[in-house]
Amino acid sequence: MTAQTNPTVQNNAVLSEERAEARAQLWKDNLRDYGLLGSLLLIVLFFYVITQDHASVAPVNVTNLVAQNSYVVIMALGMLLVIVSGNIDLSVGSIVGFIGAIAGVAIVYWKLPYPIVIFGCIACGAGIGAAQGVLIAYARMPAFIVTLGGMLIFRGLTGNMLLGQFVGPFPQGFQYFANGFIGDFSDIPAIHNLLPESLQIKWLSLIIGVIGALAMFVAAIRRWRRAKAEAMDAEPLALLLLKNLVFAVIIVGISWDLALYKGLPVILVIIAVLVMFYAFVTTRTVIGRRIYALGGNIMAARLSGVKTERLTFLTFVNMGLLAGVAGLVVAARLNSSTPSAGNSFELDVIAACFIGGVSASGGVGKVMNVVIGALFMGVMNNGMSLIGLGIFWQQVVKGLVLLAAVFVDVYQKNKG
Amino acid sequence: MALRDVNLAVEEGEIHAICGENGAGKSTLMKVLSGVYAHGSYEGDIIYKGEERKFATIGDSEHVGIIIIHQELALAPLLSIAENIFLGNETAKHGVIDWTEAYKRAKELLLKVGLKESPSTLVTNLGVGKQQLVEIAKALSKEVQLLILDEPTASLNEADSAALLNLLVGFKSQGLTSILISHKLNELARVADKITVLRDGSTVETINCHAEPISESRIIKSMVGREMTERYPSRSVEIGEELFRIEDWRVRHPIHTGREVVKGVNLHVRRGEVVGIAGLMGAGRTELAMSVFGRAYGRDITGKATLNGRTLDLSTIQKAIDSGLAYVTEDRKTLGLVLIEEIKTNITLANLRGVSKHGVIDDAREASVAQRYRTALRIRTPSIHQRALNLSGGNQQKVVLSKWLFAEPQVLILDEPTRGIDVGAKYEIYGIINDLASQGKGVIVISSEMPELLGVCDRIYVMNEGRFVDEMPAKEASQEKIMASIMRQYGVQA
Repeated sequence: MTAQTNPTVQNNAVLSEERAEARAQLWKDNLRDYGLLGSLLLIVLFFYVITQDHASVAPVNVTNLVAQNSYVVIMALGMLLVIVSGNIDLSVGSIVGFIGAIAGVAIVYWKLPYPIVIFGCIACGAGIGAAQGVLIAYARMPAFIVTLGGMLIFRGLTGNMLLGQFVGPFPQGFQYFANGFIGDFSDIPAIHNLLPESLQIKWLSLIIGVIGALAMFVAAIRRWRRAKAEAMDAEPLALLLLKNLVFAVIIVGISWDLALYKGLPVILVIIAVLVMFYAFVTTRTVIGRRIYALGGNIMAARLSGVKTERLTFLTFVNMGLLAGVAGLVVAARLNSSTPSAGNSFELDVIAACFIGGVSASGGVGKVMNVVIGALFMGVMNNGMSLIGLGIFWQQVVKGLVLLAAVFVDVYQKNKG
Repeated sequence: MALRDVNLAVEEGEIHAICGENGAGKSTLMKVLSGVYAHGSYEGDIIYKGEERKFATIGDSEHVGIIIIHQELALAPLLSIAENIFLGNETAKHGVIDWTEAYKRAKELLLKVGLKESPSTLVTNLGVGKQQLVEIAKALSKEVQLLILDEPTASLNEADSAALLNLLVGFKSQGLTSILISHKLNELARVADKITVLRDGSTVETINCHAEPISESRIIKSMVGREMTERYPSRSVEIGEELFRIEDWRVRHPIHTGREVVKGVNLHVRRGEVVGIAGLMGAGRTELAMSVFGRAYGRDITGKATLNGRTLDLSTIQKAIDSGLAYVTEDRKTLGLVLIEEIKTNITLANLRGVSKHGVIDDAREASVAQRYRTALRIRTPSIHQRALNLSGGNQQKVVLSKWLFAEPQVLILDEPTRGIDVGAKYEIYGIINDLASQGKGVIVISSEMPELLGVCDRIYVMNEGRFVDEMPAKEASQEKIMASIMRQYGVQA
């Protein structure tokens, strides 16, 4: 038997070849991010074209879109950590309902002051997460089963507490978090009257949007420069700028839309703070690093001194806490607690994570991509409703999109 | 590109060995030959039995009798031997399996490879050596004509290795052709008819073992492209006072709690000393090491551990690390590395405190730490951002070592530190061990390769069935002496 492979490139040193491989890897990693961002732009564009009078980008619709999808983003941040650490949480939808029910009963029936209720509900969410976390991390029960149990238990408890009824309405202050807007200096009569009618918009929102976009640009360039200075492999500058330009256009576009309507929603500020916090935790902190190591290889992590049980436990406490926050947001937005609140939210949240490229086998996933994944789902839900697609067809489309996104991921991985 | 210019000619009925350093392209070549890499993904021709073959899948190559047995065994642990042998090749009619026939044939095949186990035994209950034999039985069931074995003896002890090699020699006399990839040069020198050496993806030469006398140094010279006079770097030994000691260490099996795996071991290491633990597979060496390292193995652990005379609390891994212990695992892929993560991330994992402040990681410092170890240990990679997955075995081992060096331990336990890595990288690892000792650290080396222990250690413990049965200065030790102390346990006079 004879085997022969002829050289194509013979003179290159092995190392420079490996460097090229590393660069190709970097390119491939980034390609996924670009693809995700590109797809988001595409469907935004699609619905812009297809909806009547471009209703999809109308200020009122964009404001609604933010409020409607806030719960997905909030919980996706927790779900990201749960999935990255190699688990899953199916109970979050039921926790949303359950926490909403507690809030309703406590505020409407027991007449407790809402700030105390908010605090108590978030603590309660964390407690539920802790209870499930103990079973998963220390009793070593599979997360799928524990949270499947939780899903049933808390949905049932929600129904029992509310006796199948709507409970509401809530005081103004409680609703403010979900439906309110940040006070804007351009609302001050003196300033308002000063401006010609065409410029009577919510300037604060626009200014914050522009500043945010600029800050992002500056930060990205600084990071890139430092990477270059350390002779690390950095993505091509042109692409980096393009990516950030797209982000900037989205941010400024949204803030422009918001400025044309009622200004900056309170919930958007809360989300922005949470997203930045979790982006920081996942990329820059010791605990974040350990969660990724735990999901990447639990045995190696444990032998490196990572307390894997405690870390798994904490991811579930965190998930419960965020589900509690989402529960409050949903109740406040609907201005009532309902037995069906949060139904099947877990699916939206998990789907957002997977569309955002989180690996189902753990260890891989980025906060920004999950946010984009959540936005993707949100834009689709909203757009399909606007064009009057039936609710059942919407489910079919969402399912197909999820499959397509993960197919692309898996295909890319196998090809490499 | 893993291969650049390879010419390999294997004649019918011979054992053709292939060797080369890690990353030389051995495994890639075998994947090309067996259709794992489809025709079209490489340039060049494969000529088998006088015909050019274009394999698109493994199925194509198996169809003509080329079977490959991979380094990582591909058996389903919870299926029986018979089920494994006929997996994908079931003795079935219209999709219904004839189990009587399957067991009958499995029994015959097992007999051929010298296994007395019942075909209904679950594979998980077999040792690695026997699992390897099941793989061969599986290959035989497919009417193999060219058997390719990728490091079949890497995880076998000497007795099992010898049995396996004898089997190959036996099959050769029945006309079977084999290609054998191995790092164990003494084995190749013993059984191979020809040895082809690969280096950097190209063939260096093919040595005809019948035409010239073959020595290990002859092969090594060809592999590394230079004469390696010293297999073990020399060092100046300066042994200080006692550093680490364990007394009456006892460990029970985590599941079979009635079984004591480590039975009252006493061990001590001095500053600057390299201590070896010799023993057969299953002697309890890894179990001892892992139980000491923060109870990473076993239950009901008792015994006393002291460092510099102070009693240590080794109840968790974090405490063991904080106390100044490090354990470099024998299984770097599953226990040592987070393969999907960057080299940088892996290096700092055991000591994130060293690159962070108030729980926030300092990226620049982390990068410079990783860079430092990459240079110091000569990890061959274009960037510290390369994933561990993409490195060769020797470089992966260096990453694991970097991780533990950065944890700044006083005592390092190295479990099979050179398993499955090539001669050049081995030499470098020995150099690192020497450096550690000369810095005044205590090093404990567990190895199944006795020459390695004799080459790098100052003192050697011999472990068997959970006990230390002997202790000797390396100067006075020999392979025969170590084997003799093990065999004495069984009442055999060696």
